[in-house]
Amino acid sequence: MSGRMVGARNERYRVAWRYALLIAVALVFVFPVVFMVVSSLKPDLQLLRDTGSLRAFLPVGDISLDNYVAAFKRAPIGRFVYNSVLVTGLTVMFGLFLNSLAGFAFAKLRWRGRAIVLSVVIATLIVPFETIAVPLLMMVNALPWLGPDGLTFGWLNSYRVQIVPFIADALSIFLFVQFFKDLPDEIIEAARIDGASWWQVYLRVIVPLSGPVFATAAILKFLAMYNMYLWPLMVAQGETYRPVMVGLQYFFQLNVAWGEVMAYLSLITIPVLVFYLLLQRAFIESIAASGVKG
Amino acid sequence: MTTTKRSLTALLAALALSGVVFAQTTLSLWYHGAGNEVERAIIVQIIDDFNAAQDDWRVTLEEFPQLAYNPSVVSAALAGNLPDILDVDGPVMPNWAWANYMQPLSLSDGVLDGFLPSVIGEWQGEVYSVGLWDAAIAIYARRSVLEANDIRIPSLDAPWTFEEFDAILETLDATGEFDYAFDVGMAWTGEWYPYAFSPFLQSFGGDLIDRSTFLTAEGVLNGPEAVAFGNWWQSLFTRGLTPGTSQDDADRETGFLDGRYALQWNGNWAAIPALEAFGDDLLFLPAPDFGHGPKIGGASWQFGVSATTQHPEGANAFIEFALQDEYLAAFSDGIGLVPSTVSAAAMTQNYGEGGPLEVFYELSNQQSLIRPPTPAYVGIALTFEKALADIANGADVQDALDAAVDEIERDIANNDGYGF
Repeated sequence: MSGRMVGARNERYRVAWRYALLIAVALVFVFPVVFMVVSSLKPDLQLLRDTGSLRAFLPVGDISLDNYVAAFKRAPIGRFVYNSVLVTGLTVMFGLFLNSLAGFAFAKLRWRGRAIVLSVVIATLIVPFETIAVPLLMMVNALPWLGPDGLTFGWLNSYRVQIVPFIADALSIFLFVQFFKDLPDEIIEAARIDGASWWQVYLRVIVPLSGPVFATAAILKFLAMYNMYLWPLMVAQGETYRPVMVGLQYFFQLNVAWGEVMAYLSLITIPVLVFYLLLQRAFIESIAASGVKG
Repeated sequence: MTTTKRSLTALLAALALSGVVFAQTTLSLWYHGAGNEVERAIIVQIIDDFNAAQDDWRVTLEEFPQLAYNPSVVSAALAGNLPDILDVDGPVMPNWAWANYMQPLSLSDGVLDGFLPSVIGEWQGEVYSVGLWDAAIAIYARRSVLEANDIRIPSLDAPWTFEEFDAILETLDATGEFDYAFDVGMAWTGEWYPYAFSPFLQSFGGDLIDRSTFLTAEGVLNGPEAVAFGNWWQSLFTRGLTPGTSQDDADRETGFLDGRYALQWNGNWAAIPALEAFGDDLLFLPAPDFGHGPKIGGASWQFGVSATTQHPEGANAFIEFALQDEYLAAFSDGIGLVPSTVSAAAMTQNYGEGGPLEVFYELSNQQSLIRPPTPAYVGIALTFEKALADIANGADVQDALDAAVDEIERDIANNDGYGF
């Protein structure tokens, strides 16, 4: 009896320690976000002075929404968020479709040279974007487009120039290949015997079984696209097409308005949080199942 | 009948007006000041005034945030997509002129008479750009602190000498009242380093490059004068007189205002908050004379004409229009920078006679030295920044400067002398 009580007490201690440790680790990750949001409510001078103490994480002192008002006056934040969400959303959507089809072809179809082509695709992961940015710029600047003005050349200053080059993505293809490989061939063979075409196999069998990998690929692609800076800097010369990360530079003047910077960052973090919360269950399942993380 | 006549008249008037609009040729202007509301309002006002003042040209504005501006222009040049008119940071202009992004200005005779030399961007004997303002640096100090420590207040005619200045830093440090005696702003990386610190080197007698040939830095960036500068620079950190490279932005912004730094090396753009904090107690002091005259950096953002414009006459007409004193004064009042002419300075709230920032105009006029007007400057700036940071962190002075010279000369050789 006594032994059981001691055991139960030890178990409670272990749980308490575990939770204390987890909370401490969680705080490390949460603190920057808390700092950002709290700082967005403070005047610049107070914000800078508070950085040296715990007050940096507390909504104390002269608290107001003035920085948000000023941030909206300084930059067309709504336009930037709209641009980023549109570009990111379309790239993720088309990317999931195209890259999952590619992954399916690599994982489940038998064709000559499959291994070599997959190796080449994966090898592109080690090529930094900066090295291909200039040739890519020259290429998109020469591409034709049929629009309301007829046939024109050059894609600069448009949404398509921020979307199309990033739809095909080696990391996403790799994720899909890895996930699809683990799906049993028997269910595909059964579908084929029942008369399903490859397209139907993909759409009716593979996709419904692959929620976690779609969520993972979507989140990783979303983050990469939403945080894009160099490419839109090079190709979106008009404010009309500028995304949030380039918009952040509006706040770095000779005297940096740090409170407004924090307000802006708090605002542009919202779409990322919403997107992650929508897909978090599938994302965690995917990590648990495959050990893949971003 | 009357209604029909009125309608016809209105229609004709509308057509006539639209005819005027369509007769104007559109010129694109790229500007680096996105996010600065005041600056934007003034530039838009100039454009509106110009568009209304004549029938030939219609300027349209495309704004970029400053930190995104240069890469955007370079990308546009690669894509053959430059605007008609662009603004350019003064020390970068020779690089863009050399790279054929810009063409020489063609302004009326005498238009630039009376302008500060530092706002006129020249390369290879031709004017490529002109600035509506300049920036200037001074030592921020408090009269009460200097007087309490029996420190002479210097003037433009009688700046502190090297020995005097160094002794002052030791005195202020010895009081124990301050975290640091002299904040040079190590937290502000990038262009701040060559802009703010190369004048110290030049006042010691060194330079970033040999300005007689613009082909070598040997002997000027690593000669005895430069090494003397480097040794003094390093001693600022080893003696604990100056915050080092780990200084964060918050300390840079608030250290002097909070009284933790006794003196601060800062630009005129930071003057208004300091004046609000200290009022009449605040002093803007000239750079010390380290042996070859007191120096500060010159040249800020300037307007120029792109090499690819089909309408250089329109682009030049706009720039000439923008150089009116009323606009120079408006920019100065709006964003606090030094107006380009003495007549514009007289029209401003701060830089006119008896104005709180009057001293900055004279600092620009008497002490400013433009950064080397060579396309190599873009690389020199990065190399110099690294060398100064390395020396501040304890690197051997001679080795660091020799390495910088090698790097600069390698870059110049790789670019066939940049046209020199």
